[in-house]
Parts: sequence; C-alpha cells; structure tokens
Amino acid sequence: MSNKILIANNICKSFHDPITVQVLNNINFSVDKGEFISVIGKSGCGKSTLLYILSTMDTDYEGELFIDGVLMRGKKEKELASVRNAKIGFVFQFHYLLNEFSVLHNVMLPGLKMAKYSEKEVEHRAYEKLKVLGIENEARKMPNQLSGGQKQRVAIARALINDPLIIMGDEPTGNLDKKNSEIVFNIFKELAEVYHQTLLIVTHDNEFAARTNRIIEMEDGKIIKM
Amino acid sequence: MRYKLIASISKSLLLARLKQTMVAAIGVTFGITMFITLLSFMSGLNDMLDGLILNRTAHVRLYNEIKASEKQPIDLSEKFKGHYNFVSSVKPKDDKAEIRNSGAILRSLAADDRVVGVAPKIIAQVFYNVGSIDLTGIINGIDVDEESRLFFFKNYVVGGNYLDLKNTPNSIILGKGAAEKMMANIGDVIQITTSKGDQIQLKVVGYFQSGIQEVDKVQSYATISTTQKILGQPTSYITDLQVKLKNVLDAPAVAKEFQKKFNVDAIDIQTANSQFETGSSVRTTISYSVGITLLIVAGFGIYNILNMMIYEKMDSIAILKATGFSGRDVNNIFITIALSIGIFGGVLGLILGNALCHVIEQIPFNTASLPTVTHYPINYNPKFYIIGAIFSIITTYLAGYFPSRKASKIDPVIIIRGK
Repeated sequence: MSNKILIANNICKSFHDPITVQVLNNINFSVDKGEFISVIGKSGCGKSTLLYILSTMDTDYEGELFIDGVLMRGKKEKELASVRNAKIGFVFQFHYLLNEFSVLHNVMLPGLKMAKYSEKEVEHRAYEKLKVLGIENEARKMPNQLSGGQKQRVAIARALINDPLIIMGDEPTGNLDKKNSEIVFNIFKELAEVYHQTLLIVTHDNEFAARTNRIIEMEDGKIIKM
Repeated sequence: MRYKLIASISKSLLLARLKQTMVAAIGVTFGITMFITLLSFMSGLNDMLDGLILNRTAHVRLYNEIKASEKQPIDLSEKFKGHYNFVSSVKPKDDKAEIRNSGAILRSLAADDRVVGVAPKIIAQVFYNVGSIDLTGIINGIDVDEESRLFFFKNYVVGGNYLDLKNTPNSIILGKGAAEKMMANIGDVIQITTSKGDQIQLKVVGYFQSGIQEVDKVQSYATISTTQKILGQPTSYITDLQVKLKNVLDAPAVAKEFQKKFNVDAIDIQTANSQFETGSSVRTTISYSVGITLLIVAGFGIYNILNMMIYEKMDSIAILKATGFSGRDVNNIFITIALSIGIFGGVLGLILGNALCHVIEQIPFNTASLPTVTHYPINYNPKFYIIGAIFSIITTYLAGYFPSRKASKIDPVIIIRGK
C-alpha cells in the first residue's frame, strides 16, 4: 500500500449532454512507485478523459481516487490545486508555455507557487532540471524562440520542478517528429531508470508503448489488458 | 512571497500587452482628469456666484419690521376674551425702525462665541440731486472696519480708498451706476435731499460696484454717524444688526433664538436667499453626475480590455491552473492587473487634472458685473482628489472583478481537451 502512488477504484464517468454516454466504466488499477506506464487505446476510448480524472483536473466522476494514500473526493478546488502543484507533473501534447516569460521562468513558476524553496533555490533547481534535459543553454530565451522539440523538453522540465510523485503525459510526443519523439522518449526512459521517476503516459503510439514497463490497454471505456 | 509571485505574473501579462494596457489606463486618466477639472472649475464658479450675494449677506440680520401690532387693545380686554374680534383697517403704530437698546444687544452678541462679528447698519432713503432732477437712492450707514472685515466691503470699492469714508467727515461712496448718472467724480461734492426734506452736501470719496447693476444705481455708503446726521437721529440709532456666524448652517436656529431673546425681527441667510442654495446644489449635482459618468465609461473600457485579455490568455490560465495555481490565484492576478491600470491611470489623471485646473486659472475672465474677478475661478478642494482617487480604484476593481471571476472559473480540462 505504501508504495502505491495512485489507486483508482471503480471510476466511472458519463457525459450527459446531449444524451448520456458512458465514457469510463469501472476503471480499477493502481500505480506503484517507479513504474513507467503507458496507456494505449483507439481514439475516443476514454484514455484522455481518464487521465484528466487521475490528474484531479476533472472532478465530475463516480468512484474513488487515492493519490499518495489520500482520497481526492470532496477536496476543495484550492486543495486540489496544491495537490497538482506538489505531487503531479504534466506534459501535454502541446507545450503550453507562457510566452510572456523566459524559458527559465516558465520552469520556475510551479516552484514559486509551491514556495517550498526560496526564489534563488527555485532558480537553481530549474536550471538543474534544464541541464538534465540538455537545454540549459536556452534558459534565458523566450519560448517562441525555441523549436518544437525544445519547447516540449522545457515543458517536461516544468513538470519536474517540484519533484512530483508522478508525471502524467497526454500524448507528449503526438506533435513531434520522429527524431524529437525519440529524444523525448529517451528523456522519459532516463527519468524512469536513473531517477526512478513514476510516469503515466497516454499515447496512441504503440511503438512508444512497447518500450515502457507496463501497458494498460483500453477500449470503449474499459481496461481490457494491463 | 505569494503576492510577489502574483504581482510578477500580473506585471508580465500587463507588459506583454503594453499598448492595450495603455489604452485602458488612458481611459481612466481621461475620466479622472475631466472629473477633477470639471468639479474644480464648476465649484470655483459656484463659489464665485454664491459669493456674489452670500459674502455680503449677513448670516443673521436683526431688524425691526414696521408692521401692525399683532395684539390689538381689544385682545387684552377681559370682557371680550372668549370672542372672535375683527378689527378692520389696522395700521402700524408710529414706531421707529430703530432697534431698541442696540448697545446692549451689541455687547451681548460680542460675548456670544458662535458669532464671528456684528456690523451695525442704518438704511436711509434719500434723493440724489442732479440739477433739477432728483434720483431716488439709499444710503447705507456702515461701520467701515467691521463691514470690511465681515462682508468684504473693500473688495467692492472700485475707485478711491474705502478708508477715506472713515477719515473724511461727511463723505460718501457712491454706487457706480449712481455716480455715472450724476457724473460725479471722486473729490466732487454732491447734494442729497433726505426724506424729511433737509438738503445735505456730501463729498464723494469712492465708487462702489457690487456686480448687480440695479443695486449699483441706487445704493451708496456712508459712515454710521454721517447717516445718523442725515436722518437727524441720535447716535444710538441703529436699524440693522448684521451678524456673521462661525457656522453658517446654525443661522436658522440662531435667528429664532435672537428673535426671542432681543425681541426684534431676525432673518437667516437660508431663508433670505433660498434660491441661491437651490441653484448651487443643482449645479453641484450636475457636475458630480457628469464626472462620475466619465469614470464609469472608463470602467467599461477596462472591463472590455480585461475580458479580451482573458480570452487571449485562456491557455495560459489553464496551464497555470494545471500546474497548481488555484482559482483564487488566477482571480488575484486579474484583479491586480485591473487595479494597477486603475492606480496608474488614476494618479496620472489626478496630476493632469490639477495641471488643467492651473491652465484654466490662467484664462482671463473679465466681466463688468464682477470687479474682483480677473481669471476663471478654480476651487482646489482636496475632497475632489480624494473622491477621484477612491472612485478610480472602485471602478477599476469592479471592472476587473467580473472578468477575473470568470477567469478563475475556467476549467483547465475544457481548454486542453479543446485543442
């Protein structure tokens, strides 16, 4: 129990507009510390929806979700925000960097929000993360001066800044070419193997999934293989 | 630390759209500038117009009205006590307009600490003799020093020196209109006929211009002793006591009190000049409503711009929320943006408003009816600046509140899924 970072119990979700459609049906699974998991399935099978529920951003569901042993149901918006801040790192298909801030500042923002370290320390840590991802030379640039692959690596650095329990990715390589996908995958691999970072990545790239430790396959809102 | 972070995010968002921000701030600046200028100018004019009459009017005037006695002899009779008594053709008693025992009243008023001062006055009806024609006129017998101190007499003496009235025996300061009709220059001697038919010669030592032409054609000023001489009355003869109070709002109550205490007639400034009160309060209301409308319009400008900014920054808001910023943080960011625009625009507006007032104050404003006014009047009341500042902050806060509440409610999933 203690090394189970995330537990999902009987999670169901339906959309009610315009007609009721059940998109998730009794999802049960758990994530151990240090696992590198990929979730695969066809388009529309509910894997992204599941990810949003697991990430606490979507609160409209049935069932129970435990993160780090704590039940997420009934928590206030502000408490959920701080769970996301401290325990979860996100990487999306699109990088979503803030163009108003430098690369370094973008990485620092969640750290500054957590306010566990002083601004100096957060800056130092952000720089370290960028170094791990091999883009420390771009730290002072603005996001729109970077290539797509570089931006996605900055987004990964941002996800890492607060040393999250788990990193969640929603098709993080979906927008990248072969070469950049490879780079991003290798980063994830390295994080999992060297730093024992827990990763939960949603993807439709079977080749990508095949190289992870564990594959969860979904179809029509159900887990069919895991 | 937390506020510092929110402030730095707000600053970056603001500076990223500098042009837009400036437009919003200029809206507020314009609103506040016009608000300050309008109110300062309007209330300056208002004060001037009020001063035209009110400065020279006693807060409480004590006098003896010539009227029929309220109690006729029959009312005192025991025999007809329970009856309704009708007396027709009642005439006033042959009573003087004099205030009885004026010396004692003066001393009593001087001891009253609500009173700034008292200027005694005598009014004498006369004829100015111009060749074979007699012009009707009124000579006001005044205490020159007190009249000057309390009712700004010297400001309205446009020719000659007002002190000569006191220093030269048998002198007169003629109303400007009357002097023109009589073609009397300073130093000339004019002749008047009193209501009793005596003819007296007086030396012209100055001109008086009140700004109200009808008054200037008729009224003249002399000292109390000269006027007593004209009327052939003893030195205790006073017909009016003009009382100036520390607080003009006390006038109605004080007038009632004096009326009882001294057994004279008393009228307060509010009753005597109610039309000025109404006029000036209406003008004040108009200028405030125009000023506040300007600020509200500026507020809508900010509202629009923040709304637009939120639509533009939808992704940024979503990602901030996904990475752990709460709705409250997002709310604070946009409120901070709105308030910065408000404070920056507001301060600039206060400065520009003050500057514009100084410019208006330099514009010459000469009119025959207002001898003491040479430039447009401006009232630099700090109250306007405080209201302007508070109002700019409140409007921008409200203009920021609704868009930022919307921003705080944005669900990160909806945006990210939408891509």
